[in-house]
This record gives sequence, C-alpha cells and structure tokens, in this order.
Amino acid sequence: MEMFKTLIIILLSSVLVDNYVLSRFLGICPFLGVSKKLDQATGMGVAVTVVMLIATAATWPIQYYVLDALGLGYLQNIVFILIIATLVQMIELLLRRFSPALHKGLGVYLPLITTNCAVLGVTINNILDGYTFIESMVSSLGCGLGFLLAMVLFSGLRSRIDESNIPAPFRGLAVTLIAASFISLAFMGFGGIVENIFA
Amino acid sequence: MSKNSNLSVLLNGIIKENPVLVLILGTCPTLATTGTVDGALGMGLAALAVLVCSNVFISLLRNVIPETMRIPCYIVIIAGFVTVVKMIVQAYLPDLYATLGVYLDLITVNCIILGRAEMFAGKNPVIRSALDGVGMGLGFTLSLVVMATIREVFGSGSFAGYEIPFMQEYTIAFLTKAPGGLLVYGLLIALIYVVTKGAFPKKKSFSCEGCPNASNCYTPNCAEKGVEN
Repeated sequence: MEMFKTLIIILLSSVLVDNYVLSRFLGICPFLGVSKKLDQATGMGVAVTVVMLIATAATWPIQYYVLDALGLGYLQNIVFILIIATLVQMIELLLRRFSPALHKGLGVYLPLITTNCAVLGVTINNILDGYTFIESMVSSLGCGLGFLLAMVLFSGLRSRIDESNIPAPFRGLAVTLIAASFISLAFMGFGGIVENIFA
Repeated sequence: MSKNSNLSVLLNGIIKENPVLVLILGTCPTLATTGTVDGALGMGLAALAVLVCSNVFISLLRNVIPETMRIPCYIVIIAGFVTVVKMIVQAYLPDLYATLGVYLDLITVNCIILGRAEMFAGKNPVIRSALDGVGMGLGFTLSLVVMATIREVFGSGSFAGYEIPFMQEYTIAFLTKAPGGLLVYGLLIALIYVVTKGAFPKKKSFSCEGCPNASNCYTPNCAEKGVEN
C-alpha cells in the first residue's frame, strides 16, 4: 500500500506539478514547433511517451548493472544519448516493417525525438532521484503524459491565437511564448496539491 | 571589415545571429537557468566551453567523418566534452553544479551546439570554427545574462545575489518561477522586433538545418523554408 501511494504521488507530481514542459522547461522545441495542430500535437505527445518509457526501461538497468558495476558512472551522458539514438532508430525501423499505419502516424515524429532534451532529461533525472525500476517507469509515464497534456492544451490555445489579430511585434514566437507562460501559470496552481493528497 | 574576415565571424554570433534572440536555438536552458544571474552566467560559460571545444574538434575531423554518419559522430564528440565540463564544474564549482543540476548534462542536446557543428564547424577551417564557437557562446551567455538580470532584479530584487535596497520591497515573485521565464523571453523577442523594425526575424539565414527538430518545425523561422511533413 505504501508503495502504491508513492507511485501515485510520483505519477501525479510528474504530470501536474513538475510538468516537464511547463515547469522544468524540457522539450520546449517540439512544444513550440509541433503544437500548431491538435493531431500533430497528440502524435508527438504519444511518440515521446513511448520513447521515454522504452528509453527508461533500457537505461535504468544499464546504469545500475553495467556503468555502476564497472565504475563507469561518468560515461552516463555519452552512453545514454547513444542508447536513446539507437532505440529511436530501431523503433522506427520496426514500425516501418511491421505496422506501416502506425509508422505513418508516429514515424515522422520519431527522428526528432533523438535529441529531444525531455527524453535524455527524464532518464538522467530518474537516476539522480534514486528511483527504483518501477518508480522510474511510473515517473517516465507521468512525464510523457504531462508532455502530451501540455501539447494538447497548448494546441487548442494556439488555434485560437492563429485567428486573432495580434500586434505585429508579437506575431509568431513572441505571442506563443506569452501564451505558454499563462498555461504555465495555471499549472503552478497544482503546487502543493500532490504532497497532501493522502493526508 | 570584409564580410568574411575573422572578426566578422566572431561578431556574427554575438549580435547578428545571436543564437537565443535571433536564431531561437537552445530555448530549454535559456528558460530554465535564467532565474538567477549566477545560474545564467554559469550555464552560458559552460555551453561556451563545450561549443568552442566541439567546434574545433569537429572542424579538425571534418574530412574524416563520413557524410551519412555525421550526426551520431557530432553527438558523441559533444557528449564527451559535456562530460569533461561537467566533471570540472563538479570538482571546482560545487555550488554552480547544484544550481544547474541536470541542465548541465542537457548541454549535450542543446540545439546551438549541434546546430553550429552542422552549419559551421563541419564546413570551415579550425580557426574560423573556434572563433564562431567563441562568438556564438558569448552571444548565448550575453542573452542569458540579460534575461536573468530582468528576472532577478524584478523578481527577487537582487542582482547576482546582492540585494538592491529599493527593489527588495516591490518584487514580482512569479518572474523567477517558470511562467516568468516564458513571459520575459516572449517580451524580449517582441522588443527585438520593435528595435530592428522586423529586420532580423525576417531574415532567411536561420540555421534550421542544424536543428534536429527542423523538419517538423513550424516556428516562423523554419516555416520559411517550406518544410512540411
């Protein structure tokens, strides 16, 4: 029961309170770049969630059973980025071979994820926070869902922005960032909720 | 000053192609580390060090690295230098290491560094690549410090940790938090547009081809290239 509570807290806090995009600023590039249309935002969000889960499942054992066991902890950065890049390539190949429909939906987003800082960020953060394997997987799921949530919410907002008449200096990126700032402000309201959820 | 002189390569990164405010690269660390001037300066200088080293190294190897394998090669070179810088910071500047945390690791996936490798170092001789690295790094540091100054002075009434007497009583606390970063960045980009009368953001010389997200990017800069998926 205690473990279940911990997992719920990790999940909720990574979706709402410590949202990767809106409060930790990881994965801002796709957040600003691919959030123009709802279907693209959803596709990117799902792809990131899947890659985060698979990357965590691969990097956690490697960190504890290979790098730490051999005293190579300092190679973490290089090893993780290579694992993520390889995994992404492999997932793309497998999808193209076995599920062309899914590849059409998600495949286009996969190459971009290699250097998405949210994926590297979540794998490194899981190690830094000292999570167990299950906690790491839940935290990655939460971060992915949080990313998806932020993307979907923001794509809705952006379609409204596109239709409005914006002063010239703010057109494009400036108004997008300011709108993101307001969503982030709204997410700040979740602070403190999760810690007291079982109190 | 001729267009191709070494000085212009250096200055290019600081003003004309400022990575943060004009090219809009490396947004994640820009937003995340500008809550305090100390953090911003540390982040900027760490990225500067990695950028100069990786630019020099990639430029040296530019005739050896095969065209099709260049991105993985670049990433490994960059990740190597990030590890070196991280270990130096951890050993000699533990406070900064604690402030920057995971963002120090994430210099590896910073668009600016991969972007400059792809755009410049992979095609230019060593000295020019080094100068480009210094210019871009200084431009990055400068913009981070400007943003951090705005956020820290108005957000917590201090500058680099030193309290400012009057400002202390009228702080806008949310500027130091996450939403403040996005807001200040948005306002700065709008300000640049006003100051330059829209000349800079409309220029087509954006180094999007170096950005891993370019093919799927819909920001005004990349949209100009007409990239669609």
